[in-house]
Amino acid sequence: MPRREITSGNWAFAEAMRQINPDVVAAYPITPSTDIPMKFAEFVANGRVNTNFVTVESEHSAITACVTAAAAGARVMTASSANGVALMHEIFPIAGCFRTPIVFGLVNRSIGAPINIHCDHSDSMAERDAGWIHLYCEDAQEAYDTAILAVRLAEHKDVLTPVFVCQDGFITSHGFEPVNLLDDETVKAFVGERDADFPLLDVDRPVTYGSFVMSEYYFEIKRQQVEAMKNVLRVYDGIAKEYEAVSGRFYPKLDRYRTEDADIVVVVMSSASGVVKDVVDELRDRGIKAGCLRVRMFRPFPAEEVAAALGNAQAVAVLDRALSIGGTAPLAAEVKSALYDAGKTIPVQSCVYGLGGRDFFPQYARELFMDLAAGKVSREERYLGLLE
Amino acid sequence: MKNRGNSAEMGKPKRWQDVPMGGIAFGATAEAVETGQWRSMRPVWNGEKCISCLLCWNQCPDRSILTDKNGKVTGIDTFYCKGCGICAHLCPKQAIEMRPESEFTGTGARGKGE
Repeated sequence: MPRREITSGNWAFAEAMRQINPDVVAAYPITPSTDIPMKFAEFVANGRVNTNFVTVESEHSAITACVTAAAAGARVMTASSANGVALMHEIFPIAGCFRTPIVFGLVNRSIGAPINIHCDHSDSMAERDAGWIHLYCEDAQEAYDTAILAVRLAEHKDVLTPVFVCQDGFITSHGFEPVNLLDDETVKAFVGERDADFPLLDVDRPVTYGSFVMSEYYFEIKRQQVEAMKNVLRVYDGIAKEYEAVSGRFYPKLDRYRTEDADIVVVVMSSASGVVKDVVDELRDRGIKAGCLRVRMFRPFPAEEVAAALGNAQAVAVLDRALSIGGTAPLAAEVKSALYDAGKTIPVQSCVYGLGGRDFFPQYARELFMDLAAGKVSREERYLGLLE
Repeated sequence: MKNRGNSAEMGKPKRWQDVPMGGIAFGATAEAVETGQWRSMRPVWNGEKCISCLLCWNQCPDRSILTDKNGKVTGIDTFYCKGCGICAHLCPKQAIEMRPESEFTGTGARGKGE
């Protein structure tokens, strides 16, 4: 029977892992994602999963074990954060190129230095060109549901691409809230068995992974990854609808909150969108046509849908929880690019907020919306909540 | 993925869609690779001196020593031979001589090494 439990983002993700019962999990602990492999280790110790749980000496080894197991044909999951993610960096493009459909619980935490354990998106944003799908979750419920949905997305034959399921460190990962959990049989039936095309363990049809590819074909192999990402945009909604059929919950690529007739829109990702949505409601009550566009899928970036969703807005602000030091912040750069291609010259205010776990208060969103309404949009990046 | 995989199909894809996914290589694809192009010294086999002891056949890292159905050495396949010289070094009868590749300019890589 489906259950409703008070649980955290990390434990909800671990519960999804238990129900998915992957063949292999290789992980190394790092705050704030530690809870995921820790909780999962309990399931292993108590015989609640059949998973081969590989405890390794570093994140680099963890992701390497994941890639090789997935190439061998296994269904594989893991989790990490921050500098752990950074240590895995060398292996991420290999996972992407080998088309290993790993589902990765990425609990967003700021990249040191200065060393800090709290949330921002600098860890995952540094991996945005690694050839992985990026899905950003607003709350624990979404982290749970996305873990399950991501298995099907990653393993889809037209996709075969690993997925980062991102949730905000501490805010989502350690906050306890009610989460609706599916029964084990439903999850088992939804994810099915992995059917790998070229498993390393198929001795009757031997293949080599990782052979040297010079200038003759390197380019073509990368082009195939681009196509796989394009296919994500095509197949995602179908999988999300199938998931809705078993769970009653639908997760679109973009969460359009009162954007349809909005004059001013704030674009944001992950947990901070709850604050923005509250402020939207407040402003709507005062007759101000505000809206919030939450970007759930960042890679592939659904550019056309973003441009369409921002439609007839008079002004837009984009909130990034990461810097691109010396350039445009990642989400702002994507949104501006999407609008340009759609022939829309809507003023866009790029804002950076929440670095190193700095709180994001409703007041920041309120002031920002009022500035947008007054046409106060600058080419200068704004910093919300900075001491200045 | 058009190419579901064997070495013959792999050939030389002309479009990105036909390149095997993920840079994988199917079994025995090395058979099509002419590693003989790397050679700077060519082994030249002398059938009159050879006693078919098969020391060279056993030790050749490139499976380049050719034999007939009776197990007698018939020559060297220079399509694969990289010219390492192990065969010449091992030969108890000095039936294989290493000669500079420059002496064979224009004669083609593939041959019996004679």
